[in-house]
Amino acid sequence: MSDHDYTPSSKVGKWFNDRLPLLTLANHLTDYPTPKNLNYWWTFGGILTFCLITQIVTGLTLAMHYIAHADMAFESVEHIMRDVNYGWLIRYIHANGASMFFLAVYIHIFRSLFYGSYKSPREIIWIIGIIIYLLMMAAAFMGYVLPWGQMSFWGATVITNLFSAIPLVGEGIVTWLWGGYSVDNPTLTRFFTLHYLIPFLILGLVVLHIWALHVPGNNNPVGIDIKKPSKDTVPFHPYIVIKDGFALLMFMIVFAFFVFYSPNILGHADNYIEANPMVTPAHIVPEWYLLPFYAILRSVPDKLLGVVAMLSAILILAVLPWLDTSKIRSAVFRPLYKQFYWILVADVLILGYMGAMPAEGLYLLIARVATAYYFLHFLVILPVLGFKEKTIPVPLSITESVLGGSPNLATARNNESFDKSK
Amino acid sequence: MSDKKPERRDFLFTASYAVGAVGAAAVVWPLIDQMNPDASVKALASTEVDISSVKRGNTITVLWRGKPVFIRRRTEEEIKEARSVKMEDLIHPEKDEDRAKNPEWLVMLGVCTHLGCVPLNDKGDYDGWFCPCHGSHYDTSGRIRKGPAPLNMEVPKYEFVNANTIKIG
Repeated sequence: MSDHDYTPSSKVGKWFNDRLPLLTLANHLTDYPTPKNLNYWWTFGGILTFCLITQIVTGLTLAMHYIAHADMAFESVEHIMRDVNYGWLIRYIHANGASMFFLAVYIHIFRSLFYGSYKSPREIIWIIGIIIYLLMMAAAFMGYVLPWGQMSFWGATVITNLFSAIPLVGEGIVTWLWGGYSVDNPTLTRFFTLHYLIPFLILGLVVLHIWALHVPGNNNPVGIDIKKPSKDTVPFHPYIVIKDGFALLMFMIVFAFFVFYSPNILGHADNYIEANPMVTPAHIVPEWYLLPFYAILRSVPDKLLGVVAMLSAILILAVLPWLDTSKIRSAVFRPLYKQFYWILVADVLILGYMGAMPAEGLYLLIARVATAYYFLHFLVILPVLGFKEKTIPVPLSITESVLGGSPNLATARNNESFDKSK
Repeated sequence: MSDKKPERRDFLFTASYAVGAVGAAAVVWPLIDQMNPDASVKALASTEVDISSVKRGNTITVLWRGKPVFIRRRTEEEIKEARSVKMEDLIHPEKDEDRAKNPEWLVMLGVCTHLGCVPLNDKGDYDGWFCPCHGSHYDTSGRIRKGPAPLNMEVPKYEFVNANTIKIG
């Protein structure tokens, strides 16, 4: 793993390290050469690790008080809120933590899209990331079911019913998922089990994600390959540790704002009504982080094709490294891609808004156009752009781009605009 | 590999893998099947409902297998409306005569065939039901007329035990 030999200075350390090279690993992580031009968009990996650990710790403590039974789950959550010492705080951190986790992961993903971090040789990092994202959605969905409120129950009903769209075996799969003929106690207990399991699967995948990252090293805002270690890099500790730490503090301010000042703003009031299989709430809306995909599902008038479109919208990301034909990674040097990138950002935000609105009239029309554009971006624009686009010459090294000492006027001018955009 | 002739050892390997795969599948099956409905869930298969107090034009909702069942005592106009629909106008063609053996009583699962929400009574463009989740409209026979749902609301197995009692399941 390490690029250089490492010998612990103490005798005990050497004795231990010869038997289990943990100190070599620690040394690799502290000395890990990092591009010196990483901006704050690169701090979200660390922030996401913080989010995962927060969810695991608060989740474990909540599980000490929660009861996974259809008759008692709702009450046990209220018990946590009212009786358990600091139960309100732990639950609000956990519930808002899910939203913060998704906020961070979306920034992390869109950073990758802007700077082309998914391109060769980082495809495996990217694909592991997409798997983590899928598992996050599964964990968030199942976690939302556990309080057994109206939104929990009907969200579970709608999402599990997506599988009934599969021809022939669909109904059987749904019954199997439910463990009955509707969402009920067997569904709740298995969702609790899986909700408990998935974070640890994510933790394992995070280790692979970072391992795969440490093979080629970080991408960077200029998007060029760098020699490491060299004058283009700085050691991870203390430089990146401090920068990540500062960004994390800023992030925690936002996090704390939600937890302490508006802990329910991202949730839905209907979930404070206990689950009732006889009455569906007038407006079923998923959590905000799933809204764009929900809009895609609803914009297709056919049940099976709607589900296929929604799943494709996520899975298309996994093949992105092969859909994007451009050899240039960073959007900084791709004037056309840069514009299409921002259109995509707007498109996803529009889809999210439409997902929260009723599926009718103008909303439905806009959602359909936005859905079509989403797929157009990945299936047509990206492959064609790689051949048609006239890119700006990239600098030879990070140092050249940082110092602005480029022999090429276009590059130098671009460096200026790049600095401003930061 | 390809230019080597298969030996006794290759046969042993293949046979071992095959037996191993069958064994693994046999062990995995109970772990998968335990998630299917258990004996206690299946035991709740039927329920009897007293319908003597239901007035014309009213619907009662009862729970059967964890799902709501609509029992509607239809008015003459509703029956006429349901029976006069042309088959070619239907997304999922079913005769009202087949759905409601006794035309006065419509018994069906109150579950939208799109994604399983409970449709609302006396709503929608066809005087029947309307699903608030994704906007499916059902007529007075519970048949899908407009919206993303692919099928009519399901009519479960039921029978009249006597004039005042329906047994569902």
